[in-house]
Amino acid sequence: MSLDIVRFGFLPLVDAALPILAREMGFAEEEGIDLNLLRDFSWATVQDRLLYGHSDAAHMLAPLAIATTLGLGRPAVPLSVPFVLGLNGNAITFRPEMAAKITTVGGPGDITAIGAKLKALAAEAKANGKPLRLSVVHRYSSHNYMLRYWLIGNGIDPNADVEIVTVAPPFAADALAAGEVDGICVGAPWNSVAVERGVGVVVATTSQIWRRGVEKALVMKTELMEQESELSNRLIRALYRAGIAFIDPANIEQIGRILSKLEYLDGSAAAIKRVVQDRVLFAQGAEPQHIPDFMFQHREAANFPWVSQAAWLYAQMVQAGHVQPNAADYATAQAVFRPDVYRVALGPLGVPLPGASAKLEGSIADPLGVGTTQGRLILGADGFFDGQNFDPELYKMLLTD
Amino acid sequence: MRIAVIDESPARAAVIREGLEASGLCDILLLSGRAGLVSRIEEFAPDVILIDLANPQRDELEELFAVSRALARPVAMFVDQSDDAAMDAAIEAGVSAYVVDGMKAERIRHIVDLAIKRFNAFARLRAELDEARSALADRNSVDAAKALLLKRRGLDEPAAYALLRKTAMDSGRKIAEVADALLTADTMMGGL
Repeated sequence: MSLDIVRFGFLPLVDAALPILAREMGFAEEEGIDLNLLRDFSWATVQDRLLYGHSDAAHMLAPLAIATTLGLGRPAVPLSVPFVLGLNGNAITFRPEMAAKITTVGGPGDITAIGAKLKALAAEAKANGKPLRLSVVHRYSSHNYMLRYWLIGNGIDPNADVEIVTVAPPFAADALAAGEVDGICVGAPWNSVAVERGVGVVVATTSQIWRRGVEKALVMKTELMEQESELSNRLIRALYRAGIAFIDPANIEQIGRILSKLEYLDGSAAAIKRVVQDRVLFAQGAEPQHIPDFMFQHREAANFPWVSQAAWLYAQMVQAGHVQPNAADYATAQAVFRPDVYRVALGPLGVPLPGASAKLEGSIADPLGVGTTQGRLILGADGFFDGQNFDPELYKMLLTD
Repeated sequence: MRIAVIDESPARAAVIREGLEASGLCDILLLSGRAGLVSRIEEFAPDVILIDLANPQRDELEELFAVSRALARPVAMFVDQSDDAAMDAAIEAGVSAYVVDGMKAERIRHIVDLAIKRFNAFARLRAELDEARSALADRNSVDAAKALLLKRRGLDEPAAYALLRKTAMDSGRKIAEVADALLTADTMMGGL
């Protein structure tokens, strides 16, 4: 039987694991797919290849899919997210001497207390005429929005009290080392790289800001996904199976070996395995700490594209001044996430399918069984650090008023 | 018309510049490397930015374009968005362009077309150079192998070459591969 070729763009990050494993562990082939992985080094390149038909699907920042659909920075092209490739996995790392002023170096701290000290540090730096410079990986990234959410929650104005710039992940540690930035918010394994070089100390993981924050997604042009729905469904099934393999502890050595390969992450297998096991190295020479919420690639229906996650991202884009608030755009942004496609694709596997498509984000305090159309599903605590909830319906009313 | 060309390969940047200049476009700034990139672009205030599609600095640049007060909001664009063939040619060649809003489409089209041609010309040049290099290396090892056969087996040159060729044909390898194998074996045997 001949295989259907699917060209899949990605950046060298641990959360590109599912497409890589789908190829290397044979899940794509079982679905009749020859998954050709195309590695790039900037999201702009991944985006261009997808938009202009040089790739069929991509590992992409979830907010970038929304920004592209809304036509921010380039002509609008409708994109879809039928499957989420992971939640969280990012961290905030400061230059060691600054980190020492706001946290107990070497382990996780109380993120509210750290935020209060950061506020004082930011005010001092600004008064000295050299405001803190923090980098994120892309203008339209969850890193940017989570960092801003945390800053605002600590009474720091991200637009006036600090400077936020973009630095691509492979250069983040260099930028810290050169003193070009004071802090970086970046994904795995790049915080570890900065820590191991001794140029940075992790002060917080993004999972401490939002325990279940949406991160990368499977992104396709809506037109292609709908035209080739049968093939898209097979791709989603292959990725889902890769997710099952990812969380099986028996596979850890193999996953480390595969992801560290030259053509994928080209990095240290030890550092990658640590991340996969949710162990975070906060400082050079410190014992890695187990952070149970650090990164979700599969458990608790992490791959389900909750429309309320897209809604939260849109609200943050408004907050950051990236879009003008508008009810029609809000609806468009939410429609990028496609739980309907997820259900159709995964129904045949008999896996748990949430009955609802949206939830009150941040409202789950203790593990909670949720309604499904198939299977059993328990979701863990999904709170924001400030104890707030995000209600997509309420936000819609605010926009319409 | 001010054009910035950002390329990690100084050789390719020079090839592109040459093409643009031949076309009467002379206000060109060549840039490479990450250091000071953003501030130099802001200072130059280009109308068009040509950059290698896979350049890892593109996300940083796009952030600059979104926030800069000095630059008039350049947007990512591949010629005419409705022209699939032209877009395909640009991506195939690895050219991406950022164009200041409001620029006339036909002028941009001309510049991007030129850039595509120069990118392709450069790729051809490099392929030819690689071929020439490998042909030269092949010739060197064949000559050395012939010399070895002359010395060891007392063959004359045509006979040495005929032996190499016959061995290559019999074993389904290239003459240069047989020559390399002979030289390697000789080195390993310590010239015995």
